[in-house]
Amino acid sequence: MNEKHFFGRQPPEIRDARLPGKLLVIEGADGSGRSTQIAMLSQWLEANGFAVRFMGLRRSNLVAEDLERAKQGNVLTRTTLSLFYATDFFDQLVNAIIPALRAGLIVLADRYIYTLMARDLVRGADRDWVRNLYSPALLPDAVFYFRVSARQLVERNFQKNSTLDYWESGMDLGLSLDMFDSFVKYQRMLQLEFQKMQREFGFKLLNGNRPIVKVQQDLRKEIAALLSIGAPTEVSAVDMEAATPEPIPAPAEEPV
Amino acid sequence: MTFTQRNYPGKLIAVEGLDGSGKSTQLYLVKRWLELQGSRVYFTEWNSSVLVKKATSKGKKRQLLTPTSFCLIHATDFADRYERQILPLLRAGFIVLADRYVYTALARDAVRGLDKDWISKLYSFAVPPDIIFYFEVPLETSLSRILDGRPALKYHEAGLDMGWSTDPYESFRVFQGKILNEYSSMRSKYGFTTIDATREIHIQQAEVRRLIAEKIDIPSFRSS
Repeated sequence: MNEKHFFGRQPPEIRDARLPGKLLVIEGADGSGRSTQIAMLSQWLEANGFAVRFMGLRRSNLVAEDLERAKQGNVLTRTTLSLFYATDFFDQLVNAIIPALRAGLIVLADRYIYTLMARDLVRGADRDWVRNLYSPALLPDAVFYFRVSARQLVERNFQKNSTLDYWESGMDLGLSLDMFDSFVKYQRMLQLEFQKMQREFGFKLLNGNRPIVKVQQDLRKEIAALLSIGAPTEVSAVDMEAATPEPIPAPAEEPV
Repeated sequence: MTFTQRNYPGKLIAVEGLDGSGKSTQLYLVKRWLELQGSRVYFTEWNSSVLVKKATSKGKKRQLLTPTSFCLIHATDFADRYERQILPLLRAGFIVLADRYVYTALARDAVRGLDKDWISKLYSFAVPPDIIFYFEVPLETSLSRILDGRPALKYHEAGLDMGWSTDPYESFRVFQGKILNEYSSMRSKYGFTTIDATREIHIQQAEVRRLIAEKIDIPSFRSS
């Protein structure tokens, strides 16, 4: 029971795949509201007596610092970039995610292999090569994909940082010398990859253009069913405080 | 990642073999030989990219590396050298000499329990060398060349992470024996050119130079 599955052959470090915890993945671009939703989810899960752990990209003990430094220097070629992120990912999988799941915790992943694969694919990586690379990864119990229009993403990124990030704009791809232009093009390319993956991997699609509370209610409904929690509680004012970033106004526009 | 860039004027020569097989000495002599003829030659060795050096040494020192991350961090190191040095140099028409190539990774990572098919696909972005010299020595010969001086063996070098033995020397013996089996199984699959490395250095070098000259038109690599 509680046997978990892997995309391909499991890594040699994992001898026992009986992992009673749950791995819940939130995917979506920067500015799609992932961290806000995750903060609110963890509040609700803890209120229901579940212990929560977080994971995200570039958070491994092993390479997070070096990866950050390398990104500052613009010296990364694409295979290197890809493998650097894969090292970071599998280090966390083996040393953090699996032990937490073994202990019965809920792991909330702020992005997972799907973002990593999409980034590699839009940089021209061979599809089979990328699939093989991530095949020792653990299959999540659920993946929620927040889809937000590219224009909306730009607005939210400006609200947060007042500048666009070099990598999140895909500037290394040379799509355009204009950063805004590059950001929009790059995010659309990623969305196309996500659409393909959504069909294949059965992501639960959430319209991230809607108000925070609505998205959170949908998430809780889905997760409550997965964890056999009774009727999900309404999103309260306390929950809203957990959402540390500024509340984001609901847009009228549909996702691209 | 893409397999389209295989048209290049350069040549790639790799050496493989157990620690203590004498392969680095042989490759150094090849380098000198080519340099003295005025050839465009470049030497690269395993595990030397500056980019991931810190992470690799930190991981090794603190014993943070598990088989999968050990494999991937070395693949990252290799990719960095490959994309920024090896491939551009091949395209620029150099003779590139590689002290260990992907076969070292295939052998070590397989011994650490990773799926062989997965590893070979992982490294499939790398072009196959024009010549792969495999320096073959009996296990006992290579072990005594390394261990007779009772060197301080590093944790991963001795394979201590695998828990075969708590004694570094015994662990190293087990590890090298397993590597040897992996090399043996790769020989025909990847077309290794086997060199009997029990012979005198200059005898081996003469054979190596002859084999290179048969396959590569060396005068065409002279700097103009």
